[in-house]
Amino acid sequence: MSEQALPQAMVAAPPRQRAAIPFGVMLAISWLVFMVGVALLADVIRPYGITTMDLRARLQPPIGFGGDWLHPLGTDELGRDVFSRLVESIRMSLLIAFGATIIAAVFGTTMGFLAAHFRGWVEQAVLMLIDFQASMPFLILALSVLAFFGNSLPLFICLMGLYGWERHARISRGLAIAANAQGYAAAVRQLGAQPMRIYMKHVLPNIASTLIVAATLSFPEVVLLESGLSFLGLGVQPPMTSLGNMVGYGREYITRAPWILLSPSVVIVLTTLSVSILGDWLRDRLDPTLT
Amino acid sequence: MLRFVATRLGRALLTITLVVTFAFIVLRLSGDPALIIMSPDAPPEALAAFREAWGLDEPIWLQYLKYFTAILQGELGQSFRDGRPAIELVAERIPATLMLTLPALALKVGLGIPAGMYAALHRNSMTDRVVMTFAVAGFTVPSFVLGLLLVLVFAVQLGWLPSGGQDGWRSVILPVIAMGLGGAGVLARFTRSAMLEVLGQPYIRTASAKGVPWGLVVRGHALPNAAIPTVTVVGFMVGSLMAGAVVVESVFSWPGVGRLMVVAVANRDLAVVQCILLLVSATMVTSNLIVDLLYGVLDPRLRGTAPAGGGH
Repeated sequence: MSEQALPQAMVAAPPRQRAAIPFGVMLAISWLVFMVGVALLADVIRPYGITTMDLRARLQPPIGFGGDWLHPLGTDELGRDVFSRLVESIRMSLLIAFGATIIAAVFGTTMGFLAAHFRGWVEQAVLMLIDFQASMPFLILALSVLAFFGNSLPLFICLMGLYGWERHARISRGLAIAANAQGYAAAVRQLGAQPMRIYMKHVLPNIASTLIVAATLSFPEVVLLESGLSFLGLGVQPPMTSLGNMVGYGREYITRAPWILLSPSVVIVLTTLSVSILGDWLRDRLDPTLT
Repeated sequence: MLRFVATRLGRALLTITLVVTFAFIVLRLSGDPALIIMSPDAPPEALAAFREAWGLDEPIWLQYLKYFTAILQGELGQSFRDGRPAIELVAERIPATLMLTLPALALKVGLGIPAGMYAALHRNSMTDRVVMTFAVAGFTVPSFVLGLLLVLVFAVQLGWLPSGGQDGWRSVILPVIAMGLGGAGVLARFTRSAMLEVLGQPYIRTASAKGVPWGLVVRGHALPNAAIPTVTVVGFMVGSLMAGAVVVESVFSWPGVGRLMVVAVANRDLAVVQCILLLVSATMVTSNLIVDLLYGVLDPRLRGTAPAGGGH
């Protein structure tokens, strides 16, 4: 497979002068690079279309359980190739998780900066929203919005993007207030820089590492949330497919064809585990104070 | 102390108001309920009658006021599907949900806190590593995957336990494990890091240096201080007693509030969704309030009126 060469190249690339990357973190990074590779090359890798049905090969077991190389991970009830659907699902789930994490980071950081800049009632309003978001189970909020608005992919990504913004907002507000009291921010302000320029060019680069760690902490949670909602049939809608979708569909065939749900489950678990390991490690290196 | 309680109470009420406002705004933004429920090609007279019946033809602020007073009086509307009061539909599902979430909470607390404490007190030991590995696995394996794996092994392969439905105490076991293990992992991680943080404090060193036996240091100095972050997490878990079972109930076809929520969302049965939203937020806010008050009991410094800088 062509994407097999990718992880090694990426891992070997940055020669660190400090302690070597632990073996577990290396494995995690390799897996994530592999996943991103699969997502990017999805159209090349998958042998069949995700809705292509082969009615003569329904519920075929994967290789090792009596299957053949035509369908390496078996087929489902409609004879659709599980491997092809898995590849496409990885792309969809990663797209949603990346999109949502970026939206949350941008929105949250903006809110945090606004609160830090204006103080007063703006800050109180932002803090109130943060409290509100943090005190409600997000799944219930998301379900309510889906009930009221119906479902579409852009709406779904934006909804997932609301997840975790309060973490970024809280962090960026605290750090921006601290930065405003420091010499460098005061200096550029004295030089006549506009607030926009101070925050974007001077404060943001200084607090970026903490925000990146926060993003790696919320990324696996977004993957779990998305797959949970899709599992319930309320996330990504057919004919599109995501990892949670596949598990939800496979649930119906758990006695006859457990492979339909096993392969996406394994991918979900390995991916969230890898991002968590990477996030913990980054946090220990960059900012141990973060929880 | 009175001011402390009053501000917390005020904040709790404010959160509830926000939730109600959120529900109202989202409900109105989502389009004309008459069109959603009746289908766009319904006769105009029927649409008008529907709007009048639900008060949709009045100005928006009046609707908001009426909405608010109705909720205060416990009128949460009727299910669009079978016409019964939404609150009744939800209320009859609560016992089933608690039947899962209460034992799961006990499992989380009973397993997570001791495991986290033990791991912290034996840092970097083999047990610590094993506990932490399980803890990380606990929250990276989603509950529906864990639930389905349990079904696959214990129901399909071994045939020891039922795979779903509400049918005696045996049907409770798998859902409770599927829900509780992940939470236990989260709690173990929190307890461990809270304990480690406290154990590094100067007052622990002082107490040990004074010659206080280690067991007493842990019980008298470390545990009370490590309790605060742990109580926060447990409080969040208590608050999700109603909401925490959405996914697991669906895996095990359990007739609880969570399952009702999923069905109501799929059918866009807005009254039921809104009723559950309010129920969940009320539970959450109440438990946050209790946690806040507990802080005051656990740590006199957080009471607000007490002079700062006291304590250890």
